[in-house]
Amino acid sequence: MTVLIDKSTKILIQGFTGKMGTFHAEEMIKYGSNVVGGVTPGKGGQKHLDRPVFNTVKDAVKNTGASASVLFVPPAFAADSAMEAADAGIKTCVAIVDGIPSHDMIKIKRYMRRYSKNEKMTLVGPNCAGIISPGKSMLGIMPGHIYKEGRVGIISRSGTLGYEAAQQMKDLNIGVSTSVGIGGDPINGSSFRDIIEKFEMDDETDAILMIGEIGGPQEVAAGEFAKENMKKPVIGYIAGLTAPKGRVMGHAGAIVSAYGESAIEKVEILKECGVTISKNPSVMGETVKSVLEKI
Amino acid sequence: MDIHEYQAKEILASFGVTIPRGGIVYSPETAENKAREIGGSKWVVKAQIHSGARGKAGGIILCNSPLEVAQATDKLLGKKLVTNQTGPEGKIVNRIYIEEATDIEKELYLGLVFDRSSESIMVVASTEGGMSVEEISKEKPESIIRSKIEVAVGIQSFQARELAFGLGIEPELISRVSDTIVGCAKAFSELDATMVEVNPLVISKQKQILALDCKMSFDNNAMFRRNKVSELRDKTQEDDKEVFASDRGLNYVSLDGNIGNIINGAGLAMASMDMIKLAGGQPANFLDVGGGATPEKIVKAFKLITMDEKVKVILINIFAGINRCDWVAEGIVQALKKIEIKVPLVIRLAGTNVDKGNKILRESKIKYIEANTLEDAANKAVAVLKK
Repeated sequence: MTVLIDKSTKILIQGFTGKMGTFHAEEMIKYGSNVVGGVTPGKGGQKHLDRPVFNTVKDAVKNTGASASVLFVPPAFAADSAMEAADAGIKTCVAIVDGIPSHDMIKIKRYMRRYSKNEKMTLVGPNCAGIISPGKSMLGIMPGHIYKEGRVGIISRSGTLGYEAAQQMKDLNIGVSTSVGIGGDPINGSSFRDIIEKFEMDDETDAILMIGEIGGPQEVAAGEFAKENMKKPVIGYIAGLTAPKGRVMGHAGAIVSAYGESAIEKVEILKECGVTISKNPSVMGETVKSVLEKI
Repeated sequence: MDIHEYQAKEILASFGVTIPRGGIVYSPETAENKAREIGGSKWVVKAQIHSGARGKAGGIILCNSPLEVAQATDKLLGKKLVTNQTGPEGKIVNRIYIEEATDIEKELYLGLVFDRSSESIMVVASTEGGMSVEEISKEKPESIIRSKIEVAVGIQSFQARELAFGLGIEPELISRVSDTIVGCAKAFSELDATMVEVNPLVISKQKQILALDCKMSFDNNAMFRRNKVSELRDKTQEDDKEVFASDRGLNYVSLDGNIGNIINGAGLAMASMDMIKLAGGQPANFLDVGGGATPEKIVKAFKLITMDEKVKVILINIFAGINRCDWVAEGIVQALKKIEIKVPLVIRLAGTNVDKGNKILRESKIKYIEANTLEDAANKAVAVLKK
């Protein structure tokens, strides 16, 4: 999806020289992502993985022309790094890190309001697998080889459940245009609705698989958006049928605390919005297939 | 992370909120003295457990003499209190809070939460204090008023005043009610809380504004910068297995079924549990060993699952992404050398190097049932149980 990343998108790694940053930068480079350098404060001027290291994101953007970044910094510093990216003119930033305090996420979102719609950075995550446009570029930590190139968009809160879907689709010879992991936190950079809207505008995508879970209002908001504004078909699966009320199921955001947040309620509302529901997680691929056959 | 009522009250008091006089005791012997020290002629003895609805469960006792305070303390200490929020196993009472009784004129509700729709901090207030917020929303939704806090500047006095006027507070009490609201909002913002609930917030016959009961929860992700708050954790109020898990970096929730499961990733874990249910079984737990599913984590996960006597079969479902199935399989084989598993094992591997992974498992000496898909794994786990 060229609105987020394409083959030529210049990518920075924030937290480049750390263990995580190094490992995943190597994976991204192997996949063919155009990683042009990275940022580690205090290590500016050095080389890492044959690419330049900068002290600040501003320096890095000025010298490389990068427009995307991925954060591999510890949770305590992640909010600061995301705001630094926004301020330096990065257009797409993926925060992989799990464990950013919710109060920090609210501050980031408040901070981003200083930019006009056109200049505003798209933040994806935190606590997510990132973005991949198979065969083009990967801005994240997913196993690239399980994605076949194709024309179905995936949006998922969960990393591994998104992989499961991609694998099921690949086994049925169905490819992916772009897969976006929006993360499992209660407050995240991009919502289901934000990304589904981008997919509707993306001419490389014919249909969208949305993999949600219990907790929060986002799946329903995306369903309502789809009903009002979308022409492309949406397929949905909601995890957490067996999750007890009021308990956090691994993801900080996966907690049923209000009406409409349980899996059953979300499924009912999505059906009313015209979303085709995958009746269990084993048939996400088959459900996508049946919808594609009708297009 | 949840804390006790008395701890929450101490925090709110430090933010200028008025609370009734009270003190914490750990034995009936000290309770009598504590009541005298607090003074007055009526006391409330309150069991400190991490749950609401304690009154209906017999955890709150009104007493008319220091002797009665000692007797009530004796009755509650060491007891397991079962409320509609604790589950059938209840929660142990190790601490008792003794408080002077309040002559209540009016009960209000005041709560602060993260509102996920507006992605901001929301103050929720109602004239119908004493009921749970769920009951209020159902029975008296028109009584609820809300105000959104702008995080960049924090709560403003006018917002607190608007809320206070909205609650129909008489003019001479407005400034004290709004100070209480501001105090709660500051505590929420400055301590990385995820919930502050004062229910009821009361106006006493003596025209005092008092936080009579209070609940606070905090963001676990922010505890690295909240030393004082994290010291308030009381592990006796948490499930033993959940404490074991959280101390070892595992995401675990104890459930009622008998199919134990070990899965990587929270979403896949929820999906696997759903498959178990659809196959006619019941999961014994939610357990996410993390996307990476390292061998160390798998060993810890086995230890954890085997602590649960309800578990009659274990289902492992790992989708290897950046890591590889052969590596995960080695981890499982290594783990099973260290831990003896007495129940049947169903293993489903998927993703990178799945064939190599399955080969390693087949060639090892471990006894297990191989599964290919999510559905296959759940069906096999349920089928084993029926045998």
